[in-house]
Amino acid sequence: MWDQEIKGMASAHMFIASAVFVGTLLPAIVAEKFSVYGSHLVWVYSVAGSVAAVNVAVFWLLGVGLVAKKNTLSYKVSRMVRSGLHFTLSCFFYHIIVVLYGAPLLESVLETFSLAVLLSTFTTLRCLCLLGPNVQAWIRVFSRDGAMSVWDTSLQITTACSVIGAWLGAFPIPLDWDRPWQVWPISCTLGATFGFLSGLVIAPVWIHWHRKQLTYKSK
Amino acid sequence: MERLPVLLLLLWLCSAFFVGIHLFVGGFLLVRLEVNKSSSCADALLPGAARPDFCEGGARFRRAVLLVVDALRLDFARFRGGNPRPFENKLPVLREVTSSQPEHARLFAFRADPPTTTMQRIKGFTTGSLPTFVDVGNNFASSAVLEDNLVRQLARAGKRVVFMGDDTWESLFPNQFYRSLPFPSFNVKDLHTVDDGILKHLYGTMEGADWDVLIAHFLGVDHCGHRFGPDHPAMADKLTQMDQVIRSVIRRLQNDTLLVVMGDHGMTDTGDHGGESLKETDAALFLYSPSPVFPAALSQAEPEVVPQTDLVPTLALLLGVPIPYSSIGQVILPLFHQESRTAGARSHLSQLEALWINAKQVNRFLETYSYVARDIPRESLSMLQDKFASLWNEYSSTVKEGRTASPALVAALQSYLTAVREVCQATWAKFHPLKMASGIVILATACTLCFAVSEALAGAGDTVALRASLAMGAFAGAGVAVGQLGSLGYVDAAWCLGAAILSSQLAFLWGLRRGEGRAFARGGDPRRTSGGSLSPPVFSVPLLVLALRCASLLSDSYVIAEGRVATFLLLSLGLYIPLRLNWEGLLLPTSPDCQKAPGLLPSPPLSSSAVRRESLVLLAGLGVLVASLYLSLFLHNCREEQGGCNPSPLLVPLARVQDSGLRNLRYVLSVASLAACTYALRCWLRHYGNLNGPGAAVFAARWPLPLASLCTGLYWAVSSTPERSFRGFAELIALALVVLPRVAFAFLALGATLLWMNPLTVFLKPRQAPSQGKGPAPLPRYRASTALSPEAELHHLIPQLYQRMRRSLEDGESSGGPEGDGRPAVEAYGLGTVYSAPVVLLSGLLGLGLLLLHSEGMALAFLLLLLEGTALLHLHASSMTLASLQGAHKGDFSVPWLSVLLWDLAATQFFHATGHLPTFPSIQWGAAFVGFPQGHVGTLLPGSLVALNTFSSHILFAVGCPLLLFWPLVCEVQAPRRGFGGSERNAVMEMRLRERPREFSTALLQLAARCLCVKGAQVLASALAAAILRRHLMVWKVFAPKLMFEAAGFVLATVFTLVGFALVLRVDFAVSGWFKRLIPEQCR
Ligand SMILES: [Zn+2]
Ligand SMILES: [Zn+2]
Repeated sequence: MWDQEIKGMASAHMFIASAVFVGTLLPAIVAEKFSVYGSHLVWVYSVAGSVAAVNVAVFWLLGVGLVAKKNTLSYKVSRMVRSGLHFTLSCFFYHIIVVLYGAPLLESVLETFSLAVLLSTFTTLRCLCLLGPNVQAWIRVFSRDGAMSVWDTSLQITTACSVIGAWLGAFPIPLDWDRPWQVWPISCTLGATFGFLSGLVIAPVWIHWHRKQLTYKSK
Repeated sequence: MERLPVLLLLLWLCSAFFVGIHLFVGGFLLVRLEVNKSSSCADALLPGAARPDFCEGGARFRRAVLLVVDALRLDFARFRGGNPRPFENKLPVLREVTSSQPEHARLFAFRADPPTTTMQRIKGFTTGSLPTFVDVGNNFASSAVLEDNLVRQLARAGKRVVFMGDDTWESLFPNQFYRSLPFPSFNVKDLHTVDDGILKHLYGTMEGADWDVLIAHFLGVDHCGHRFGPDHPAMADKLTQMDQVIRSVIRRLQNDTLLVVMGDHGMTDTGDHGGESLKETDAALFLYSPSPVFPAALSQAEPEVVPQTDLVPTLALLLGVPIPYSSIGQVILPLFHQESRTAGARSHLSQLEALWINAKQVNRFLETYSYVARDIPRESLSMLQDKFASLWNEYSSTVKEGRTASPALVAALQSYLTAVREVCQATWAKFHPLKMASGIVILATACTLCFAVSEALAGAGDTVALRASLAMGAFAGAGVAVGQLGSLGYVDAAWCLGAAILSSQLAFLWGLRRGEGRAFARGGDPRRTSGGSLSPPVFSVPLLVLALRCASLLSDSYVIAEGRVATFLLLSLGLYIPLRLNWEGLLLPTSPDCQKAPGLLPSPPLSSSAVRRESLVLLAGLGVLVASLYLSLFLHNCREEQGGCNPSPLLVPLARVQDSGLRNLRYVLSVASLAACTYALRCWLRHYGNLNGPGAAVFAARWPLPLASLCTGLYWAVSSTPERSFRGFAELIALALVVLPRVAFAFLALGATLLWMNPLTVFLKPRQAPSQGKGPAPLPRYRASTALSPEAELHHLIPQLYQRMRRSLEDGESSGGPEGDGRPAVEAYGLGTVYSAPVVLLSGLLGLGLLLLHSEGMALAFLLLLLEGTALLHLHASSMTLASLQGAHKGDFSVPWLSVLLWDLAATQFFHATGHLPTFPSIQWGAAFVGFPQGHVGTLLPGSLVALNTFSSHILFAVGCPLLLFWPLVCEVQAPRRGFGGSERNAVMEMRLRERPREFSTALLQLAARCLCVKGAQVLASALAAAILRRHLMVWKVFAPKLMFEAAGFVLATVFTLVGFALVLRVDFAVSGWFKRLIPEQCR
């Protein structure tokens, strides 16, 4: 039972991780003169889009998390609308946080917002898929005793890794190395992506390692 | 509580840091030995030479005029096409003369050696030597130049040197001028006094006959830069005036006179100087003579850039005086004849001869210096000596054979002189590695010690351990002293102190370890196990952030961006608090639908509304913190290394703002911020009942504080009035500029003194009510149980009294009417904040005084500082309360590392947000003139005013540090738990501390040790950075100034931390006395 769940999660994570690579490769094939640094925003949105699509698909196929109480169309629609609203709000929330951290307020607004979108894709979207548009549940998940399944634990890990990755990505910006990836917000988006990827790898390994200690309460 | 041991231990900890800093700085900052020898005409420069060398060549010029235009940057003098900026093309005379009379004039770039401060430069271009970094500090204390210098040589040769201008010269060369007309230089706001004074006498003197060398030092350009910056119409006016001066001087020159127009240094785009950017080092040098001196055509060999030291040998040889002994400059060749002198026809020196004399003199200096100081590396010294020997051979063969000077020989001589200069530069940038290493070791041990004391909490009671280790230290220090006396013959105090401190530190650490081991053997330290978390806190997030902060000091990029780095870390830590609390499940009330195992928390005494309220307070505090952090980002100044950065417009003093509407707006903003600060302080004190009663401290809060802020507001108004308006009231304004700030300072000093003398802000109101009968009823019980000694009785009585007083305080606030069930006989207002109120008040008084030393716009920064400090305190308090509400708190008073680190980062952040930077040019010298617009006599007062201005944020946060301990207790009463049955246990506020004096003193010591540890770690990191990167390109630009600022900030912050903690101990003493007086009255 345990092993099965972990294996399922590991393969799901593999799909999501491959979405990042697909999102990088696809524009490189389709568009001419594409480079991760040069046409950075294209890369960001392509990665964000593919990760979002794969995430939704994976969770829909696996049927994890989405415990629809009612099956009516109107309920589904309202749920979709609310999810979209939450996602947009989370983009703005991240944008504000990033600006407070010292990102330029007026110049390169689009770049900053793209970082916010990417972060939202890595964190909020997974919350939406797993827990639905329910902020209370989100807050609950991020506490020590809040996780109720392996998926919740993996959500904790990937979210923390993405955010920490973006945070670490800000470190090289002031250095005087004059590298192309030091331009705002490339290092942060790269940091967030690497953080997300490592979170995807770490989560099953960590859960496997700690499976004796992990006890989940009723689902 | 134990007051004296705590204070002693703290003093000892601080002194360890001070000794470490002293040792390190002593080994790191460069020192150059001065050679106290003078050249004279009779000197034979080479051993065995028959003829003397110097004065034989004969003077090419009989007289010279030296016009020093302070801060005459190179691009002020050069011509530029296109549309010029205010400072460009304002000296057309230089271009006209150099292009129309190329045989008569030249314009060179004149490169100064850093530090580019005026006194250093005057020393440099009169002695011909290189200044060292330490000399920067002497700019206030100009003392006479003891080394051989040009002025002395001229005077000895019988030349009449007339000086006028900047009075720095007079203090550097006292009684050496034939005639001297010094004018005060210190007031940078005064553009005209010095220049007008010079102009009054300059032309008359020139037309007279009683002078040979005339030195005039104009200060207007420099002061204009300091006051308005180079890009200002005033600069254009000033430069145009200088143009006129140069024209008039040229008209009055005679054929035997050389004119030198030079800047001593340049200035940055903000008008400051002191560093080593090209804009600061590159000044203009213009040479002119009515008789032709230069070759007609510009030859390739002519230098573009002339080092400042080169002026000394050139002038000396041209005027026929000996080159000063320690000069390492080389002659400026175009001023000398190319060909050798034909027998008897001309008595002037040729290029080769001048260079040869120059080389011999430099060689002699090098020999003498290496004999005295032995700090020039042997291999480079022998390389130079070989080079000189081969030059000697070549030169004597050339002279013997009567050949003309070959260009190769000239080039070889020049390269020799350049090599000497480079070797000297490298040598005088040399360090004392052993001292540096021992300084670092002592600093590191001190940090470890602070950490150990704060974690083991074994210090307060251990006077025995402290005494033993002090004795050990004294023994070791004396041992080193005796050893030094025996082997060296003298005692180096730094080493003795170092040995003493280090051995006492090690002894204490060893004692601590042993004590801990014993405690473990006895079954574990009770304090440790009660905490629940036995894991060492080394890997916790706050210490990780501290490590990041320290690591950031090792990179020049991060030091340059330090303001941003501090904000970034502060914000991260701030956001970490709620995340962490949520992770622990403490942020939200445990909702029933969550179905937690109820057994985990042993029925915590919480109500979900209290938790929710406290969470809201926490989030609001976080919001305020974030907002003030973000707003304060706009108050930063800019380093020159930061491209595309604009300094905050609020940093510009109001008097510089030209638009009157904007000026009024900014004035209103500043005064509003000031009023808001003062009002907030008063409100806080009144809210907690500390504004009642007749005590001295209450008086200090009521009157001196608002009056001083009133004076400050008035002073700003007066100082920002434009000079042109109100011409009739000039004297009144001048008087107000002196009186208003002094009165404000006097009020603040009065307030602080009163506060220290009687820090109690408690108002006791006896109540004759029916409660009298019931009130003292429980007292006999206590007396009966412990009537052994008066002290024991007191010890038990005091908590009882607090309870009753607290209740009456509470009731007195909520309902004034007398109602008599179990009411105590006495009401004490402000007892709950008896400790924090004096600290808040002292911080307020200090803050106001420090604000007065800043420019008006910084009032906003101080308001933000107040907001941020309060937000941090509330954040800390509510996270503690949340933890204790849900039963997850240890129950002692210890302040977590997280809060201490936040507090310290806030100090660093506001250092930048008040417009300061860790660089010397950014020091706000204007602070020295607040209340002293005419300048100072001594150096101590202006120096300390500037230091207070620079480190004001460190000082404020250091004094307020004890508030971290008190604030959770102060905020306790706000938790709405009155309606519950358990109200008896609550809201004792700071009296809780007196109930458990042992825990109180332990917590106080722990807080201080943590503060010291956090600060000390940063000093250690910047010392490490300076030591490791001492050959780094940026060491004198970034790391050395950062170390100096960090060390000075640490010393000031530590002193004021001690003041804050001493105040707390003073209050404790006063409270004890107060209770002793009170209780007998109430019991009988
Ligand atoms: Zn100067
Ligand atoms: Zn100056």
